[in-house]
Amino acid sequence: MLKKQSDYLITRNKNNYEVVIGLEVHAQVLSDSKLFSSSPTKFGAEPNTQVSLVDAAFPGMLPVINEFCIKQAVKTGVGLKAKINKRSIFDRKNYFYADLPQGYQISQYKDPIVGEGSVVLDLPSGEKTIGIERLHLEQDAGKSIHDIDPQNTLVDLNRSGVALMEIVSKPDLRSPDEVNAYIKKLRSIMRYLGTCDGNMQEGSLRADVNVSVRKKGEKEYGTRCEIKNVNSIKFMQMAIEYEANRQVDVIEEGGSIDQETRLFDTKKNETRSMRSKEDAHDYRYFPDPDLLPLDISDDFINDIKKNIPELPDEKKKRFIEKFNLSAYEANILVSDIETSKYFEEVIKNSDVKLSTNWITGELFALLNDKNLEISKSPISAINLSKLINLIKDGTISGKIAKSVFEIMATGNKNPVDIVNEKGLKQQSDPKELEKLINKVVNDNPDKVKEYKSGKEKLFGFFVGQAMKASGGKANPQLINDILKNKLK
Amino acid sequence: MSNITDLTLVDLVEKIKKKDLSSKEITKAYVERAEKSKKLNTYITEDFNNALKKADNFDNSPDFDKKIPGIPIAVKDLFCTKNLRTTAGSKILENFIPTYESTVTNNIWNEGGILLGKLNCDEFAMGSSNETSFFGNVQSPVAEKLVPGGSSGGSASALAAKLTPTTIGTDTGGSIRQPASFTGIVGLKPTYGSCSRYGIVAFASSLDQAGPMTRDVKDCALMLSIISSYDNKDSTSINFKREDYLKKLNKSIKGKKIGIPKEYRVEGMPKEIEDLWQKGITIAKEAGAEIVDVSLPNTNYALPAYYIVAPAEASSNLARYDGVKYGFRSEGKNLIDMYEKTRSEGFGNEVKRRIMIGTYVLSSGYYDAYYLKAQKVRRLIKDDFDDVYKKVDAILTPSTPSTAFKIGEKTNDPVSMYLNDIFTVPVNLAGLPAISIPAGHDQKGYPLGLQIIGKAFDEQNILNIAYSLQEEVNFKNKMNDWWM
Repeated sequence: MLKKQSDYLITRNKNNYEVVIGLEVHAQVLSDSKLFSSSPTKFGAEPNTQVSLVDAAFPGMLPVINEFCIKQAVKTGVGLKAKINKRSIFDRKNYFYADLPQGYQISQYKDPIVGEGSVVLDLPSGEKTIGIERLHLEQDAGKSIHDIDPQNTLVDLNRSGVALMEIVSKPDLRSPDEVNAYIKKLRSIMRYLGTCDGNMQEGSLRADVNVSVRKKGEKEYGTRCEIKNVNSIKFMQMAIEYEANRQVDVIEEGGSIDQETRLFDTKKNETRSMRSKEDAHDYRYFPDPDLLPLDISDDFINDIKKNIPELPDEKKKRFIEKFNLSAYEANILVSDIETSKYFEEVIKNSDVKLSTNWITGELFALLNDKNLEISKSPISAINLSKLINLIKDGTISGKIAKSVFEIMATGNKNPVDIVNEKGLKQQSDPKELEKLINKVVNDNPDKVKEYKSGKEKLFGFFVGQAMKASGGKANPQLINDILKNKLK
Repeated sequence: MSNITDLTLVDLVEKIKKKDLSSKEITKAYVERAEKSKKLNTYITEDFNNALKKADNFDNSPDFDKKIPGIPIAVKDLFCTKNLRTTAGSKILENFIPTYESTVTNNIWNEGGILLGKLNCDEFAMGSSNETSFFGNVQSPVAEKLVPGGSSGGSASALAAKLTPTTIGTDTGGSIRQPASFTGIVGLKPTYGSCSRYGIVAFASSLDQAGPMTRDVKDCALMLSIISSYDNKDSTSINFKREDYLKKLNKSIKGKKIGIPKEYRVEGMPKEIEDLWQKGITIAKEAGAEIVDVSLPNTNYALPAYYIVAPAEASSNLARYDGVKYGFRSEGKNLIDMYEKTRSEGFGNEVKRRIMIGTYVLSSGYYDAYYLKAQKVRRLIKDDFDDVYKKVDAILTPSTPSTAFKIGEKTNDPVSMYLNDIFTVPVNLAGLPAISIPAGHDQKGYPLGLQIIGKAFDEQNILNIAYSLQEEVNFKNKMNDWWM
């Protein structure tokens, strides 16, 4: 088990330091087209094949808001239990870079579309609520590629103009483990909502990490450093660990922390200063005059609210109450929307307890082994459900079921067919079993004698012999019952 | 028959529909006159051969249901034209050929217009004299070495010199009305949101508006009907019912309340401007209008507010000209060096000046004092107009505080150049429609214009008032083709 979360402290010279973390998560909006143009957003397309005149900032081109992206942002806001702002404003964030064709990024500065909300983390120590400061919409930049041409930097504008949601947390996180739980929960909620696929390998989810430290018990926050653009949970955790320790070292040596932007070097596992506060860009934010303030109506918001699916927290609650699952089991089953869908499909026709055990046990082991997402599971929910029913109605034993499961894993075969073809059906005819047991008893008179004289451990030997004689197919419960009678 | 190039647009349309004239004849007449008028430097890019071909094509299969069938038109070089170089008067776009067409020009071609070429203008429409163009000064046909005004100076000059039967310009702070006033033509800036900004090289997005420049008010009404349209490619385009402005054009000035704002009686205004204004007032009164003295108390703050808002937007709008994707590039040691060289060499001084002003007023620590305050002033100016429009139907003012000046006269004094816009700028800040019509001459014989400012979307009303005044004013252009 994990350590108790609140225990994450850094100790130097008997001083205990608490680490304070806030995240700015950049989540790519799940949308077929970009925030202000109709260009497609498919990942992995040939460079510069998904670029419109608007994305490349040709003279006279104007942004036109994609209403679907607005819906997605509002939906996410609702999922974060956040205030939806009926009026929000798109601003220009001005800076020059080769992969920023307009010379500014359209973002939201003072008036974001979503205000304060919260996310509940399920930690081993219990639940913890993390505050959300805001969520705003903005355009992604293109991509500068420095390692293809030795002389030149190449620019791919496919990503230019793709819609991002920047989700800013309050500085409520206190450890790398909490950051892990937070990102996973955020991703889980967005995947339930269908507003972000959360795919970190493809860059759909990245974060700027703000880290500061303070002596335990202090009320004031320390000076923070921002670690830019970290694209995996593991790297976030490594970066926080390194950065927090660095800051503690500076303070313990009598120094002070400079507010600055830092980069995490994944190869050297260290953060490096990128620019100080003094060198910070002056982005010259101002409302984008090409776009009117975004006004959304109550109807628009209510329509979205009506169609919000059951989210992980509610689903967990329902699983615990309705199916009598433990919090631990419920957490595992709801954390990923695909897992919860799979689970609910299996239990439509099958025993909940058995289903839970088989999914979190055998199925997860199989997926883990094959490194597959549950949506790519070689065993469909329907077939797993059939397998569980074969166990439940006594057609096969749990042991046989495991070998049937193994066969299923190679080609999603119907377990009923496998059992029939291989003759794995459990022997549950008492007369047949009695014959079998009689033979075992008759063949081992010495053992019977010993058993009857008090060596009760030998019971297992008889069960084993009977099972062996049945080729493993005998119903173990019946074997038990009949044997007990015989050996009385 | 009088010269083809002397005819108004409406007359040309009638003649072509009656088959008195062919598109080829008209186009040829304009091309020939333009060929003899290079001295004015009105064109940046001529497309005469194509225009003649298109005219032939039109004559071979004419469609007389269009509003301007087979009529050749040259346009300001701020409108992107598909496959024809569009420079915005700047070196940085010297060789830029768009693959797309602006909505406004597209509307013109859809109604039968034929592109003659692209007309000179101040660089990125920043200027009031057409002296900031990378492609050189434009001379006014009014007199040698006289500025035609700006930024639509090439358009004004070409139209006044009869090198195009009609044209379009853009107006951010007076860039249609001021050159119209200087050259003795009609120019209209529509309500913000009437004409799509899609495909127009942006200067200041919240102020830019395309509009017609024409020989008379009837032509103006016709052109406005063509170019004004709702466009979902421009988020600031407004979906309102657009009139057939020409069809509904009438001289209904009787009973109209016309406001005379006292704040426009500025210090140092030449007497001839004052007299012209008085003449306009008298004519309106005699025609049956009711003259009402009104006050627009924040007028004085309009110019400073404008010279914060417009450069602020421009500094951001022009960031895209960085040498990376298209347009002029000067090679550099690294990215920053390339940016610096490209933009230093690619932009002219006036553009750089405004980028610097704009960058400054948006900088952290200055934003509230300048940009935010200017936006508040803008609000007050709009409120002023709203108040006045509770009492009057339109406002009558001079178009400019002075007549045209000589080339070079004000180039070293940008502030005095900016002061040229004091009567036109408040209209842009408030997003209102306004028309400038020629109404007289100064002692030197240079034209003077009167401006009629309307309520938002009330273009028909100001056109009607202008139509009445035009008849009474009976303006005669004193052009003598000195350049030919």
